[in-house]
Amino acid sequence: MSSESTRKPAAKPVNRRRFLTDMAKTACGVGLFGLAVGLNARQSSALPAHAIRPPGALKESDFLAACTRCGMCVRDCPYGILKLAEPGEDVATGTPYFTARTGPCEMCDDIPCIPACPTHALDHSLTDINKSRMGLAVVVDQETCIAFRGLRCEVCFNVCPVRGKAITLEVVSNPRTGIHAIFPPVVHSSDCTGCGLCEKACILEEAAIKVLPTRLAKGELGHHYRLGWESKGDLGKAFPTADKEHVYRLPEGMHYEHAGRGLVKDQPAVTVPGQGNKKTPFSSNPLDTLNSGIREAK
Amino acid sequence: MATTPLKDLGKSAIAEKGWLKAHQWQLLRRFSQIGIFVLFLLGPLAGVWLINGNLANSTVLGTVPLLDPIVFLQMLAGGISGITLTAVLGALIVTVFYALIGGRVFCSWVCPMNMVTDFARMLRRRLGLKGSAKIKADTRLWMLAAVVLTALATGTLAYELVNPVAIFHRGILFGFGFGWAVVVGIFLFDLLVMKDGWCGHICPMGALYSQIGRMSVVRVRADGRASCDDCMECYEVCPEKQVIPPALKSARGEGPVILSGDCTNCGACIDVCGQEVFSFGLRMPNQVKPGRGKPARKQDKILKAA
Repeated sequence: MSSESTRKPAAKPVNRRRFLTDMAKTACGVGLFGLAVGLNARQSSALPAHAIRPPGALKESDFLAACTRCGMCVRDCPYGILKLAEPGEDVATGTPYFTARTGPCEMCDDIPCIPACPTHALDHSLTDINKSRMGLAVVVDQETCIAFRGLRCEVCFNVCPVRGKAITLEVVSNPRTGIHAIFPPVVHSSDCTGCGLCEKACILEEAAIKVLPTRLAKGELGHHYRLGWESKGDLGKAFPTADKEHVYRLPEGMHYEHAGRGLVKDQPAVTVPGQGNKKTPFSSNPLDTLNSGIREAK
Repeated sequence: MATTPLKDLGKSAIAEKGWLKAHQWQLLRRFSQIGIFVLFLLGPLAGVWLINGNLANSTVLGTVPLLDPIVFLQMLAGGISGITLTAVLGALIVTVFYALIGGRVFCSWVCPMNMVTDFARMLRRRLGLKGSAKIKADTRLWMLAAVVLTALATGTLAYELVNPVAIFHRGILFGFGFGWAVVVGIFLFDLLVMKDGWCGHICPMGALYSQIGRMSVVRVRADGRASCDDCMECYEVCPEKQVIPPALKSARGEGPVILSGDCTNCGACIDVCGQEVFSFGLRMPNQVKPGRGKPARKQDKILKAA
């Protein structure tokens, strides 16, 4: 190779060495670029909690492979809540999202954003908006939610489009006053669509109820768990073990009544002097109870 | 006649043909580039939805889908979850269209970044900036490979996160964010670091479109090459000057058609030539003297390697 190039210096020096170094240079440069793009893509594949995808969005990893960032869902949203993420935001550039506190999903019956999506990044099989799961509302702060302080608010309960199902009000007595009730809102994942109307409506400076990605908001029971009382209903018997009366190792002359009176003394009521003939195993005098066993043993 | 000095670039064409004729294709290209922006903007600004979406993916008149092939390629590599009939049809329509009229017609007639890099080239010439980093023109093919590989590795349309063309177009239609910095960056890179750097060497979209347009029907022809006076002005204005010599000089007996897929059909050579050597035409006929010359494709490769 080298002898050839010295013999013909005028010829273009495209020899093997030059070719390989050129190729290595290009591969290195482009490789670095690819690495940067790849790492960037990895990082922006985690959707931040404040950003909510439109209804019917595929799970995030599939969504990022299917969404072409065309913005047609944005255009077809009659309330203009959707936005394409701009470079510099923490959402994957160009992908659509909305922010519940400033512009929640109004849950249109015909869900116009879904048919607008040409690549089915928004699942076209979703036709009932009540079945969409954009996220899950969570009462994130019971310390500031005024309902938990005993005040009547119920705004989130009242604006909820799946009213009375996604958010219900419990009744709890107010231990502070002793005579009043507290009506805390409780969200049910079975019905909450994650539209964010409750978060928008929350009267606090910073909402106490927030829509979170379902992955953050929900726990998941161990897969080996069987809730006995539920499988009992399904199977007609308890699962995995049949109901069996537990044997308590109690002192002689006592037994335990499960789901009843609890610890019971077997002997008939003791007639305690001065107490009349009351049919109670326990005297009002604690000493009598403490001493009773001893007396009988003698 | 000798090489025209840079300060006299285009003067002979204006003298020969008049100003309008000497800027004909450039004006038409600007009209096309801006017109496409206007079509996209008519929807959001005036409520006239002739075309909805953006350059990556759009719908014409609510029915005809258009999908950029590079997006489609990434969708294929990234896990096919978005491959719908609409997507396939959209990519097919765009691909066939550019395969016929010239792949890189996208670059010079549609792509908004072209106005930025054209401006950088013009300014570079006016300011007399000479230095330029040197990387090989086929770097963009490597870039294209990197785009597909990153999509494959991450399972997402990874390049679309940073694609300056998409960021630019989407920025104007949907809000820029920091996207303007990317556009300014490309401009400065082309102005100060490298002549025709982005469009001519790096952009993987251009690489894909030049592959799509390898066999395109609409071509620039140098039918008048006999009257070429070697003023070299066409080389100065051409964004892909390696495509000219085979057709113009016919060193290995090539026909007068510019056959390289890298040619963007911008028509700058047609505008600048006072001798009217170049014109738009079809791929065929492309014979000089029968029996001479090797098959065109092979020569393309030899020239690229050289």
